Amino acid sequence: MAVTSTRTSERARLPDLFTLSGATGPLIGLILLCVFLSFATDSFLTTRNLLNVLDQITVLGIMAVGMTFVILIGGIDLAVGSVLALAMMVMGYLANVAGYPLELAIVLALGVAAATGVVSGLLVTIFSVPAFIATLAMMSIARGLANMITDGQQIVGFPAWFSMLAFIRHGGFITATVAVMLVVFLAGWFFLRYTAAGRSLYAIGGNPEVARLAGINVNFLTVGVYVMSGLLAGLGGVVLAMRLDSVQPTAGFTYELDTIAAVVIGGTSLSGGQGGIAGTIVGVLIIGVLRNGLNLLGVSPFTQAVVIGVVIALAVAAEAFKKR
Amino acid sequence: MTANALPILSLREIRKSYGPIEVLHGVDLDVHAGEVVALLGENGAGKSTVSNIISGTVSASAGMMTWQGKPYAPANPREAIDAGVGMIHQELLLLPHLTIAENIFVGRYPRKGGRIDRRTMQEEAARGLRRLGLDVSPNRLVQGLSTANQQLIEIAKALTLNAKLLILDEPTAALGGEETRKLFEQIARLREQGVGIIYISHRLEEIRQITDRIVVMRDGEKVQEFESADIPVRTIVEAMVGRSLERMFPALPTPSDETVLEVKGLGSGLGHFADVNFKVRKGEIFGIAGLVGAGRTELVRAIAGADPISGGQVLLNGQDITPRSPRDAIRNGIVLVPEDRKQQGLVTQHSIAENIGYANLSKVGRGGIVTSGRIRQFADRNIQRFGVKGRGHQNASELSGGNQQKVVIAKWLARDPKVVVLDEPTRGIDVGARSSIYEIIVGLAEKGVAVIVVSSDLEEVLGVSNRIMVMAAGRQTGILDHSEANDVSVIELATA
Repeated sequence: MAVTSTRTSERARLPDLFTLSGATGPLIGLILLCVFLSFATDSFLTTRNLLNVLDQITVLGIMAVGMTFVILIGGIDLAVGSVLALAMMVMGYLANVAGYPLELAIVLALGVAAATGVVSGLLVTIFSVPAFIATLAMMSIARGLANMITDGQQIVGFPAWFSMLAFIRHGGFITATVAVMLVVFLAGWFFLRYTAAGRSLYAIGGNPEVARLAGINVNFLTVGVYVMSGLLAGLGGVVLAMRLDSVQPTAGFTYELDTIAAVVIGGTSLSGGQGGIAGTIVGVLIIGVLRNGLNLLGVSPFTQAVVIGVVIALAVAAEAFKKR
Repeated sequence: MTANALPILSLREIRKSYGPIEVLHGVDLDVHAGEVVALLGENGAGKSTVSNIISGTVSASAGMMTWQGKPYAPANPREAIDAGVGMIHQELLLLPHLTIAENIFVGRYPRKGGRIDRRTMQEEAARGLRRLGLDVSPNRLVQGLSTANQQLIEIAKALTLNAKLLILDEPTAALGGEETRKLFEQIARLREQGVGIIYISHRLEEIRQITDRIVVMRDGEKVQEFESADIPVRTIVEAMVGRSLERMFPALPTPSDETVLEVKGLGSGLGHFADVNFKVRKGEIFGIAGLVGAGRTELVRAIAGADPISGGQVLLNGQDITPRSPRDAIRNGIVLVPEDRKQQGLVTQHSIAENIGYANLSKVGRGGIVTSGRIRQFADRNIQRFGVKGRGHQNASELSGGNQQKVVIAKWLARDPKVVVLDEPTRGIDVGARSSIYEIIVGLAEKGVAVIVVSSDLEEVLGVSNRIMVMAAGRQTGILDHSEANDVSVIELATA
């Protein structure tokens, strides 16, 4: 008796580890996409290209983790693209105009990004502003502030070590920025799977009143989630600055939409309470591989936009259909 | 009254199968004009299937229906409605931001010259409302109407469609005493107007009040038909559950003299009640009775930290612990099993194990780390203690009401609460499953928990409480001992 029960719980635990519930379809899609591109192009299935894909998805990947938290609690964060730009400009201004050490400028930029999350979070919790509106307002405010810092000008000329973080492949494989993304993935996954706060996000997304009555500190966690989303958008900005070796207030335009798309493709439900980081990673990879593959195939950027739109629609429709 | 006339609706040998599984095994049913027939049975007995077949939501696999003497087999609800069969669902399907008239005519607005003919719509709606003796303007928004009035609007909607037969599914589930009385007046009025009514409810007392005949179903079959509603409740219940009942309520616990919870001069931050004072002893079941709107739910929510408190104190073992949030109350050992399981008690689309886990995440974790395996083991232990028919990985929505309620109770017990507050613990739960909930309640008290039970079901609150506090319009009007409490003394205080 005891033996059978342990066995069933072991069996049940394996798929649990990656909670692909809702993302098995996208995972199959990703695999098919990779198989297709391996045959259709000579260069897709090369170490070099695959490492490129990883480099290309770092910013999206980092931001998507924060967005996963937000969408899991039934919220949305439209501000991430603008917050990314704001963090970049704060960093660039402090380091290159105000003369702070770059390391300190990065920390302060992340602080500002997190602060935007505090504001959005308080608007949502204390003032009961719908998340869509609160973060729409923050999107506009952060973009405006980013532009005000230099009156719309870009800032260039960072120390060499800074951009090298995005280019030197340690051990021939992994850049520091990709490592940061992997750490964020791992931390996000661990947080959601194995901490009380992470599990509580599912309860809040499932039904905030049930969560509150169960003794979960819904307001605190909600603010925390928007802070995390802002912070990770800021980190995305710093990484993007490394990759571009410059900062500009127009950076990250419409990134919020790519981020939401990646999370939703990965099976996290927009109504909250269902999904996870494993799915989001799949979603991010689908977008990354698709962009890369379409480039390799020589598809024009305009056509790429159409294809990506179709993929988003298909992925979500397929999941909804499967649930029925 | 019309026993000799031909029935307006008759079902003969109606069967329904889903794949190889037959869920209705040949049901016969007659409804005459001007007759209220109660359709009773536990969840899963087949009541819903029968009413869905009559109202065209599903079609029968075999058998024969006649409607006003002609063969009748609606392919969809539209056909049933056109024939004159109206179904009022338990969950009201009104649009809150539209007016009453718009709700009544939604989807079939009267038109004139391509535009909606508002005048005709209002007049017709007003006529429907008058027929039900409902004194509200058809131009009012549905939002803000009482549940009872919303129910009546659903009925008015059916009437403007010339319904000759109404199926009411648990119409009083969300109604209080006064509202129920009003609804019954309207049902009586419809009966006089010759409308046939099929009335589905779990509340047996009220069925005896308003129905002419009682049909009891069990496991997809009609097991008994009572030609009069003047039947002892126990007889009906025995027919429903298919066994004789020794007793409905377990023996009351014996409380100790030690006071656990004391409420002193408590006032609601939302103005729902004021100056409430009472004490609950260790091992005591303290009932709270009153009409809907008396402030009972609001009172217990405040005690459990779910609603704001404007003044007064909540003392636990003599210490002031007046809670500011549910978290606060839970930390002190006061837990709430809320009134609405699906909206407040459970994340229905999540698993049983997760639901139990949500209230115990700090307990389940080891070194701050929570794993699914531990949540499941933890949940399984607690599920077994209460005999929940379900497994940890099942979604809460798949369980019956009784089992859902057990899960809600189970999620608290691992915390060894000192005070357990149950608001309407058996609402929407099968008669058969209720006694197991009562046993759990008494079992809690026997373990030394101070239990508070709020209930609109008078028999229930009389049956399980050592003492009963009665409230009326936000005031506490009296506390009765079990020995002095009965229907009359409680209702006197509730209407004081």
